[in-house]
Amino acid sequence: MLVLEKRPQPSRAWIAATPVLAVVLTMIAGGLMFAALGKNPVEAIRIIFWDPLFNAQFASYARPQLLVKAAPLILIAIGLSLGFRAGIWNIGAEGQYIMGAIAGASFGLAFYPTDSVLIYPGMVIAGGFGGWLWAMIPAILKTRFRTNEILVSLLLVYVAEKFLASAAVGFLRNPEGRGFPGSRNLSQIESMNNPELIAGSGMHWGVVTAFIVVIMAYVMLNKHMMGYQIKLAGQAPRAARFAGVNPTRLIVLCLGISGALAGLAGIFEVTGPAGQISIDFNVGYGFTAIIVAFLGRLHPVGILLAGLLMALTYIGGELAQLMLTIPASAIQAFQGMLLFFLLAVDVLSNYRIKLKREGIA
Amino acid sequence: MGIDPVTLIAALIVASTPILLAAIGELVVEKAGVLNLGVEGMMIVGAISGFAIAVNTGSATLGFIAAAAGGALLSLIFAFITQYLLANHVATGLALTLFGLGLSALLGESYSGISPPPTPSLNIPGLSDIPVLGPILFAHDAIVYLSIAIVAGVWAMLKYSRMGLIIRAVGESHDAAHALGYKVIRIRVLAIMFGGACAGLGGAYLSLVRVPQWTEGMTAGAGWIALAIVVFASWKPWRALLGAYLFGGITALQLRLQAAGIDIPVEILAMSPYLITILVLVIMSSDKNRAALNAPAALGKVFHATG
Repeated sequence: MLVLEKRPQPSRAWIAATPVLAVVLTMIAGGLMFAALGKNPVEAIRIIFWDPLFNAQFASYARPQLLVKAAPLILIAIGLSLGFRAGIWNIGAEGQYIMGAIAGASFGLAFYPTDSVLIYPGMVIAGGFGGWLWAMIPAILKTRFRTNEILVSLLLVYVAEKFLASAAVGFLRNPEGRGFPGSRNLSQIESMNNPELIAGSGMHWGVVTAFIVVIMAYVMLNKHMMGYQIKLAGQAPRAARFAGVNPTRLIVLCLGISGALAGLAGIFEVTGPAGQISIDFNVGYGFTAIIVAFLGRLHPVGILLAGLLMALTYIGGELAQLMLTIPASAIQAFQGMLLFFLLAVDVLSNYRIKLKREGIA
Repeated sequence: MGIDPVTLIAALIVASTPILLAAIGELVVEKAGVLNLGVEGMMIVGAISGFAIAVNTGSATLGFIAAAAGGALLSLIFAFITQYLLANHVATGLALTLFGLGLSALLGESYSGISPPPTPSLNIPGLSDIPVLGPILFAHDAIVYLSIAIVAGVWAMLKYSRMGLIIRAVGESHDAAHALGYKVIRIRVLAIMFGGACAGLGGAYLSLVRVPQWTEGMTAGAGWIALAIVVFASWKPWRALLGAYLFGGITALQLRLQAAGIDIPVEILAMSPYLITILVLVIMSSDKNRAALNAPAALGKVFHATG
């Protein structure tokens, strides 16, 4: 009989190896799923993971997309990972992302058609602020009334989606848009545009911010008191209290940072790749970022890599949709599977599997 | 402005049933000390599996059975990863929701725009013709009565039966229950499957009766609201019924207000069920003593038997 024996220390080797193992297992299970859909599994996996990067025909389009899609995922996931480490579960990043986008776009459009270099930075700040504000709702309810932040932050996603619908057809609707829903096209307005900084690279301000945030998070977690407190609160809540960690402050900070980063991701998206506020500009990055955070083992560098990999599944998924008519939902199921396998194989980092013969006490 | 209270109450019961089913299932799961945040995922997989089977066989009854089976099957993934591989409940539940949403969309590719076979109402002759009370109490389909029967059954089981006592023991202190010789893992797996089956039924009620149609992401947070209702109910079955019906009342009322063209923006009305759920959560959790007393003590804790 197989039994699990707890390791005194989590195995460092397995901590690094489990994400890779999970990806391999997901490829196998995903291949089976594609085979069940009547597609060639090997070809499907190749199209998703290999062709966007190395196929001469697609790479020129797909490679820049990698950074474009990874940036919001990384930004959001870094924020989430801080809270997850401390046992604070913000799962409503999608809502904070939407609210950040709306706040930033509203700020910019309020000045339309003024042209100033200050408008874009103002929009970015407003975007971060919008996401922060939306995350403060679960934070304050949690600290004042002990309300479960998981449920509140998630329910607020639906509220944000309704608000987005009313913004797109109401106060942000393009007055020159012949009554169609959606705001003015921000990416075509000089002062509100988030352009590609180096042609053909996909690099835009959001990507730059994501890289900076990765470095800042790394420094904070390893060199700063705050990072120590976050880790301590997650691993030993009682010890953290005795060490003088203020739980209220930690909740407000973790939710606030993750909300602000999600809001930033939102404003960079609507001024760049998405281009405008529309009813469905959000494509679920806020939820996928949860997978990215875990796949990256809640570590900034890991999240950077995980974000790139998850971006690859988005791009490869689109390609597979085009080439093999694999439905987009299959990719969503594929991403969900990845998180399952990750959580499942994680047992190897914390436990040793031992063979125990029946009958021996 | 004509809002007929009798049809409103009848509509309220229909609007509440999916959430009630999911909530009563999750209540048992949480009583056994497991926090499964995958309710939304199990509901939507139930919605599509029930819909697909009902359309293909022409029988709504078979659809509901398939939905319960689908929900239970999906919950087994959660059970395996949290109970045998000892993963974090919160993260695994989220994974279940994300996976369920993707899987249901995939399964449902070819089912949008179809009408399911009707679920017959149990029009009890005589009783359902009584004015006012008839349409409210006696003109529903079997699932409505089944959901109330499940609530009663769960209540009696938890309160009076030996099985209920064991489930509660496992949820309050898994180590003590283990020491007494109860199979903690097995009991929890069964509870999780019961929760999955109930969530699946609730999802199928959405796609087969309430809407009735299949659309991607049609649960629209119903699973999360069911989780909130368990907290609202302080883990008491009859209170879950009350909470679900209150919530259903708000949903039915806001839909009627939208239709009546009242002078409140549609978006605000559409937000109201979520906002009111949050408000109720705040009220329930602000009372320190009550919230702490009723939550199962081992809720969401991973059990690993040593020795």
